[in-house]
Amino acid sequence: MRDTRPLRLITCGSVDDGKSTLIGRLLWDTKAVKEDQAATLHRDSGKQNDLGLPDFALLLDGLQAEREQGITIDVAYRYFATDKRSFIVADTPGHEQYTRNMATGASTADLAILLVDARVGMLEQTRRHATIASLMGIKQFVLAVNKIDLTGYDRARFDQISHEFRELALSLGVRQITAIPVSALKGENVVYDGRASMPWYEGPTLVEVLELATVRSAQTVGFRLPVQRVSRPGESFRGYQGTVAGGSVKPGDSVIILPSGMVANVTKIVTFDLVRNAAVAGDAITLVLDRQVDVSRGDMIVSIDSQPQTGLAFDAQLVALQSDGIQPGKRYWLKSGSRRQRVTIEPASQLDLKSGKWNPAQSLPMNAIGKVHLSFDEQAIFDSYEQNRTTGAFILIDPDTNNTVAGGMITGRRSSLSGIHTEDSRVILSLPADLADQILASELFASRREEIELRRVNAGRAAEIFDGIDG
Amino acid sequence: MSPIHPETELHNPQSAKIPLDPHLKALENEAIHIFREVAAEFDNPVMLYSIGKDSSVLLHLARKAFYPGRVPFPLLHVNTGWKFPEMIGFRDALMKEYDLDLIEHINLRGAAETITPFSHGSALYTDIMKTEALRQALDAGGYDAAFGGARRDEEASRAKERIYSFRTPDHKWDPRNQRPELWNVYNGMIRKGESVRAFPLSNWTEVDIWRYIQAEDIPLVPLYYAKPRKFVDRDGMLVWAEDPRFEPLPGEQVQEGMLRFRTLGCWPLTGGIRSHATTLDEVIAELEIATVSERQGRAIDRDQSGSMEKKNAKDISDDRFRSRRRARHHFRPAASRACSCRARHASAPPDHLR
Repeated sequence: MRDTRPLRLITCGSVDDGKSTLIGRLLWDTKAVKEDQAATLHRDSGKQNDLGLPDFALLLDGLQAEREQGITIDVAYRYFATDKRSFIVADTPGHEQYTRNMATGASTADLAILLVDARVGMLEQTRRHATIASLMGIKQFVLAVNKIDLTGYDRARFDQISHEFRELALSLGVRQITAIPVSALKGENVVYDGRASMPWYEGPTLVEVLELATVRSAQTVGFRLPVQRVSRPGESFRGYQGTVAGGSVKPGDSVIILPSGMVANVTKIVTFDLVRNAAVAGDAITLVLDRQVDVSRGDMIVSIDSQPQTGLAFDAQLVALQSDGIQPGKRYWLKSGSRRQRVTIEPASQLDLKSGKWNPAQSLPMNAIGKVHLSFDEQAIFDSYEQNRTTGAFILIDPDTNNTVAGGMITGRRSSLSGIHTEDSRVILSLPADLADQILASELFASRREEIELRRVNAGRAAEIFDGIDG
Repeated sequence: MSPIHPETELHNPQSAKIPLDPHLKALENEAIHIFREVAAEFDNPVMLYSIGKDSSVLLHLARKAFYPGRVPFPLLHVNTGWKFPEMIGFRDALMKEYDLDLIEHINLRGAAETITPFSHGSALYTDIMKTEALRQALDAGGYDAAFGGARRDEEASRAKERIYSFRTPDHKWDPRNQRPELWNVYNGMIRKGESVRAFPLSNWTEVDIWRYIQAEDIPLVPLYYAKPRKFVDRDGMLVWAEDPRFEPLPGEQVQEGMLRFRTLGCWPLTGGIRSHATTLDEVIAELEIATVSERQGRAIDRDQSGSMEKKNAKDISDDRFRSRRRARHHFRPAASRACSCRARHASAPPDHLR
């Protein structure tokens, strides 16, 4: 079955790269422009370009007006569709406060379009955008080498830029990369192909890439249901309502309720029109269990053989979104899924977007990307963001202003000696990752997951650690 | 490619419905998630209900979100006294059938001063009977969250509105100072007196609304379908003329013909369109053809719609987008443009009150 779920994407680039023109072109050539908007464009075509077409940037007029009024521009969402699929574009400005806005737009995106001017090539900005996109978990990049017409459709130039970009993307761990020579102004290789001008380019158009892109879902990992609310319409019915955040579930499955650790079996999956025999990641469901257990909002119902991490201390990366930044030692509210709890943040380092290096830091100013330690009063429940983009993500809320001050991604649980008797005997193993995964999935292991500390490192680092112990 | 929703659904014998396509399913899941989150996080939510097609979709999603329980909040309808009687009849029947709590609010001050669209002009009338009325109703109920049916694709300025849209105690929306919204983690923390508008349909487009109505068989006010109705042509706006309060202007002739409405509101401000579409399929088909006609910049004979496409070589090469484009939008026949825009402008509450 073809995947026709909407693809969410983000466009990265500045006005100079032709971003407005590219988005305008996408909306125009897929007929997403409404008739009244089209009429306005034609009427206002004093700003016509030399092809006799309207100025596509005018399509984004709502924001234009705000810009003139000096209102902070952040993220706008745009919609277009082909007969294969529909698309939600997070449109963020390329310059001011780009980190904050890009992080917001990228948080839900499955694909990033990075735009460069063919005449100028890669900029420091391109590197920053690519870094932020990959940090936010985007695994698919499209490089649009725009204004290729202004280079006389220079193939060598295109090859050079795409080669440079590929190296950058690979260094960030992104492997799905498509580079396309584009003229957004002329509409070449956006929706319609540009073969007439660029017979040397045989790859897909931008829209063709978008149509075939993957919508990520956390279906392959363990079952996760953050409980939003408990439904008790009468004595005879008690259901747990939420959106499946990972894996799948079917009647008969054994589940465990976190943080309490109680075990139950699924008896029914209820939805408005159907009693279902399975639900997968993304489904909004009501789950019925076979016994009376204490479950409330903020709890997570998970598969028994593949559980998330629970604990009082976690490591995370976060993006600071407000002018106060993130203060060390301050108590914030943390919300992840439906769970909200108090947390204290201790910044450890800040990413220098220019060099890609992490420098030690005590606090994080607005727009900073940092590595932090999280300390909780009560048990927290997370997967790593790498494994699950829902149960590994959180926001921080400032209790003084109630504003959202950071978006964060869990990297893992933090080692802590609390609760572990220091004299007990422990074994440190270094295993191939696939073998470790098999062992972790076993019931015995899962049942004592609380007592196990786990780090994923490469073989070289493992050797270093062992050397450190032996030495 | 990751596995897609497997065909796992067992049909309930009472409902032999075709499963939604993945696109609408994803939008539905998102809307249900928002409904549940708001209902859980806020003490006193309400759902703004206008009786129109978007409200109908919103209500359907609310019922799905809380099934098998009741919708755990009331619906608020701001009435003006000038709604089409068919709307009120439809509303009352639906509330009864679905066991919903309805709060109807009329601005009594405005009504006492007999503010009407005829006596005071549409702008002042709208301000008092809708904007002020909504504020009164929200204050009276002390609601800390209000669901609305706004969509981001409706106009450019809404493209950046959040799903949880923060309002000050005097119901103001400050686009300069919106909270960032990442993933599907919504920040529902507010102080006393402040509130949030929640928009479960944010990511829906107009065509999604119509396709969902079709797929889910959602009942609509019959005004969306054509039937013989009496009306006058007032500067190109076809004004319904069956209300006892209707008075023709000098020179106006009351006509009778097949008429339906694209948007619903107060009848003096809502222009109808001439149409023979009496079913949902026909409404959608009619609007698709009208769109093509508009795009081609000339009137089109329905019987020639096939040949029309052949005349335009570019449109033929554009084949892969054709079906989507036809289905896609703007159920807005050229003839009704001027009046429907006017009606919409007059009936939409100002931004800060949405």
